[in-house]
Amino acid sequence: MDLEKIKSAVETAIPDSRVQIVLNGSPSAQHSLVLDPTHAVEIAKFLRDDTELRLDYCSNASGVDWLDTETSEKVKVKKLIEGEEKEVEEVRKTRTPGYLEAVYHLYSMEKKHGPLVIRQRTENRSDKVTIPSLTPIWRSAEFQEREIYDLYGIVFQGHPDLRRILMWDEFEDHPMRKDYVEPNDYEYEPTPHDAVLEKAKQARTLEGQS
Amino acid sequence: MDTQLKEELSRQGIFTTTLEELYNWGRRSSVWPLTFGLACCAIEMIATTMARYDLARFGAEVFRPSPRQADLMIVAGTVTKKMAPQVVRLYNQMPEPKYVIAMGACAISGGPFKQGYNVLKGIDRYIPVDVHIPGCPPRPEALMDAFITLQKKIDAQSLTGPDRPRYLDVEQPSEFPVPAYGAHDLVPAKNIKLWNIISKNIPTGPTAAGDDGSGKD
Repeated sequence: MDLEKIKSAVETAIPDSRVQIVLNGSPSAQHSLVLDPTHAVEIAKFLRDDTELRLDYCSNASGVDWLDTETSEKVKVKKLIEGEEKEVEEVRKTRTPGYLEAVYHLYSMEKKHGPLVIRQRTENRSDKVTIPSLTPIWRSAEFQEREIYDLYGIVFQGHPDLRRILMWDEFEDHPMRKDYVEPNDYEYEPTPHDAVLEKAKQARTLEGQS
Repeated sequence: MDTQLKEELSRQGIFTTTLEELYNWGRRSSVWPLTFGLACCAIEMIATTMARYDLARFGAEVFRPSPRQADLMIVAGTVTKKMAPQVVRLYNQMPEPKYVIAMGACAISGGPFKQGYNVLKGIDRYIPVDVHIPGCPPRPEALMDAFITLQKKIDAQSLTGPDRPRYLDVEQPSEFPVPAYGAHDLVPAKNIKLWNIISKNIPTGPTAAGDDGSGKD
């Protein structure tokens, strides 16, 4: 699938829609498209109904949690030091805010091609987590979007039945988020290691105090 | 009664027994399990009841689809936190005397999912378990062995005295509190009357009270 072609086809069909190509550097080279949230439903409809593409089958929808990232790069800057102009290396840090992402894998049963990977991103990880639901376009996304809502906390606008699907309704956390803190229910472990070892040490110090 | 005298009488064609023996024999020979499976262990449990292994030989004649008619609950499979209240409720609905076999690594400890956010670390946190079977899943032979272990346990029970089973002791509970769904975990996370093991990192035996943990651990 030629993403450049799809991108230009989408952008000519739906004026002022933005589609961004995300390159995948791994050997699979499975590049993907990021849809802009205001036109996502229209774009999805186009991908499904276009006679060339006919992506009539959404096989998979999954969530991704991207934390805030801090990248540092070395920049050479000219500075005045003791009256002399010198070139000094400086480390500049750029902070990219995190976001939540829903990834859909699309195939065409009719044309026998695919997958096309499309993504939708929320504005941030805390309060602006609403993205349009693609369930009205592909019915198979219904339960998977519910699962994403349950485990990542993305709110899908336009979803016909957005409830938790795996955890109970009273549950408040989103356990697949990277900053999820699980209830501390450590119990004796004969061979603790890694994260469990930390918990074992914690429990031992707590018992030492009491 | 003196065993020698008993043997002598049976040689003469006179059958003698005690009420206790007869009672226990009756109960252990017709332990009917509840039709109830949670995960892959249930497949092994079904295999045990089929013609090849035939659990009916030991008195588990029929699996009852209603907890009101069942004597034994075989907790076969992973107990998720979402499922745990329903398991406890089913147990509460069973009439006394009732027994529990925790089958497989998940039911006894959470198994491979022990560190997960969604799996209960063993059903003995909420209900008393008579026999634990390790394995992932245990073979039908292991389930039959657990069943025979349970039968031996029933046989050894006395109807009176301080070591009488839980259901003959008015002080002991017949129903156990059903945990509620909380905001982060089940509330309470365990029944401390059943599960009061301190999380000391020293290998010690279980200190739980009641008839929990006896049999195979």
